[in-house]
Amino acid sequence: MDGDLSPQDKKDLDKFIKFFALKTVQVIVQARLGEKICTRSSSSPTGSDWFNLAIKDIPEVTHEAKKALAGQLPGIGRSMCVEISLKTSEGDSMELETWCLEMNEKCDKDIKVSYTVYNRLSVLLKSLLAITRVTPAYKLSRNQGHDYVILYRIYFGEVQLSGLGEGFQTVRVGVVGTPVGTVTLSCAYRTNLAFMSNRQFERSAPIMGIIVDHFVDPPCSSQRPANMGQPCNYRPPDEEDGGPFAGVQDSQEVCTTSFSTSPPSQLYTSRISYQSPALTGAAELCHPGVNPNQMLHAGKEGGVVLVPAQPPHGADAHLTVDHAPNTPGSSGDDDGLSQSGDGRSDGRRDEGRRSVSPSDPVESLAAFTRKVGAFVNKPSTQVTAASLDLPFAAFAPRGLDSEENDPMVHPPDSPASSSPLQASLHSQGSEGSQQQDDFVMVDFRPAFSKDDLLPMDLGTFYREFQNPPQLASLSLHISSQSMADDLDSLPEKLAVYEKNIDEFDAFVDMLQ
Amino acid sequence: MNCRSEVLEVTVEARQVEEAMLALLHTILLHRSTGKFHYKKEGTYSIGTVGTQDIDCDFIDFTFVRVSSEELDRVIRKAVSEFKDALSNSGSDGMGQISLEFFQKKKSRWPFSDECIPWEVWSIKVNVVNLANEQERQICREKVGEKLGEKVINVVEVINRHEYLPKMPTQSEVDNVFDTSLKDVQPYLYKIAYQITDSLGTSVSTTMRRLIKDTLAL
Repeated sequence: MDGDLSPQDKKDLDKFIKFFALKTVQVIVQARLGEKICTRSSSSPTGSDWFNLAIKDIPEVTHEAKKALAGQLPGIGRSMCVEISLKTSEGDSMELETWCLEMNEKCDKDIKVSYTVYNRLSVLLKSLLAITRVTPAYKLSRNQGHDYVILYRIYFGEVQLSGLGEGFQTVRVGVVGTPVGTVTLSCAYRTNLAFMSNRQFERSAPIMGIIVDHFVDPPCSSQRPANMGQPCNYRPPDEEDGGPFAGVQDSQEVCTTSFSTSPPSQLYTSRISYQSPALTGAAELCHPGVNPNQMLHAGKEGGVVLVPAQPPHGADAHLTVDHAPNTPGSSGDDDGLSQSGDGRSDGRRDEGRRSVSPSDPVESLAAFTRKVGAFVNKPSTQVTAASLDLPFAAFAPRGLDSEENDPMVHPPDSPASSSPLQASLHSQGSEGSQQQDDFVMVDFRPAFSKDDLLPMDLGTFYREFQNPPQLASLSLHISSQSMADDLDSLPEKLAVYEKNIDEFDAFVDMLQ
Repeated sequence: MNCRSEVLEVTVEARQVEEAMLALLHTILLHRSTGKFHYKKEGTYSIGTVGTQDIDCDFIDFTFVRVSSEELDRVIRKAVSEFKDALSNSGSDGMGQISLEFFQKKKSRWPFSDECIPWEVWSIKVNVVNLANEQERQICREKVGEKLGEKVINVVEVINRHEYLPKMPTQSEVDNVFDTSLKDVQPYLYKIAYQITDSLGTSVSTTMRRLIKDTLAL
């Protein structure tokens, strides 16, 4: 089979296939870095661009590819595969696609190696560039960062597609016939992304509390089991560093593959940002194990954080006082319910700062609305909505409260203390009983306030009207009595009507 | 020699027409462009380098790759923009077709003008729809993105059959095969034409505009 091929052609062909394999890996990995790729066209040939395409060489990737190839070339039965997988911050991983560069026996003897094969390999690389932006993993890789990262793994030998789940699709990028076989490039990608449907892969910052693995190593740490992939991330090098991955220096007539980018000074730089300890502390505070229905998320949506009612520790008080100048409600204004309308990543930090403490922190056991400060210890007691004496407390999300705690059924007592915060939230009337005696009590009933004077509330009213008294005319003994009377009086009535029959007839004639 | 003809059909919203056309035309041109040829003395030539660029679409969930050539991009955008205007002027049920034709010039003896012999024609049929609300538009974004992905796979499939391509020309013939007017890349000679049909499918106004890329327009 090789007899027809001149030694020079054979040598060229081997070189082409080797560098085609390396460039294929570069294109695939770069397409999964998560950012847009842009290279410049150059009209003057520098002789350093394989296949006349400006494809950067990331040294680590070249190193990995060469390690996998181990001096061999893709051949019949020996395929080069690039596996792209996804790994979440919780450690779950899933294979997304496998790109295969294979060779089969079908030879094209008549084809010119140095010209036609080279150009066709160039077209195939362009096709690869286009197709790598089309498979589903591209969108996922563009959104990587907080919740997950994309990893790659290069291996040589038998193609393994079992990790792609059921129903995986295959797309063929292209084929190029050569005198020693046909080069085929294809991609098998997963279609069953069910594993991911429970996770949130949004671009926005995660809601506080979901990432609780601050103290776990990020998935891209340098200690990694050998069969896991490398992260698809790359920081352009800032400095000229010798590094372990010097540029590829193969010398040949047609092209060199190396670009003059210097290798990165640090391996596997991770671009995942994790929450700082303070924020995670606050995150845990949001979910300290209380009934989740009582807690409102303070992340993206802003809003109120109902926190357990516990006398603030000395540390807390200290912290809240410290933060007071920064908070909008520190002067006791009615900003307790202010929304965290900040940007998402800042919201976490601000939310910690925005704690508003009542002026008498020790006294306000009963009711308050307080934002949580960072570094606040995890309180242990619970607060139920019923103990919050707010106008809308009855409508606050609550868990499976029993009826005893239901403020709709049992209106809570008026608060014992009057913190400035409460004063702002209540009308003065509802606290009338607690006012000083000098003032005349005004029976002021604003809408929706709880009214202690009226004994009946909505629930009682409803129950009463579910059992109304019987209508008098419908009661049985009375009805039967009247029926008998009616029957008795009938003959008399009939006699009267017969007497007046002429009048009735005249009336009817008038109507017609 | 027969001309290869491929037809692609897409259904898009009015505001997506431009990006969908750019995506497909640029994908085809990516495969049909080489670096600039530099001929050397002994009849050999070297080829310049083609850079590529990822372009995100604003109205479609899609990213496509095009050659890094501002000049080429300008020309294509101009053609697509004219097509889009013609489509929107034709009425709300816009249907149209834009075609990208690769041709070779064959010199004829005087007084006959050069022949333009097409060897590959790509026709992209566009069907414009109007959507009622934002939710439908969001769905349309994703669906059109997927459809364009399928079209790109179709294009790649056709191109990788490696059927007829003009022979690499000598220096004197290069302008008969390639468009050498651009600074940084060298696509095969091409022209873009479009036509608008009304909702009945008949070509009421066949507006044929030819953007001729060769400098000789005899």
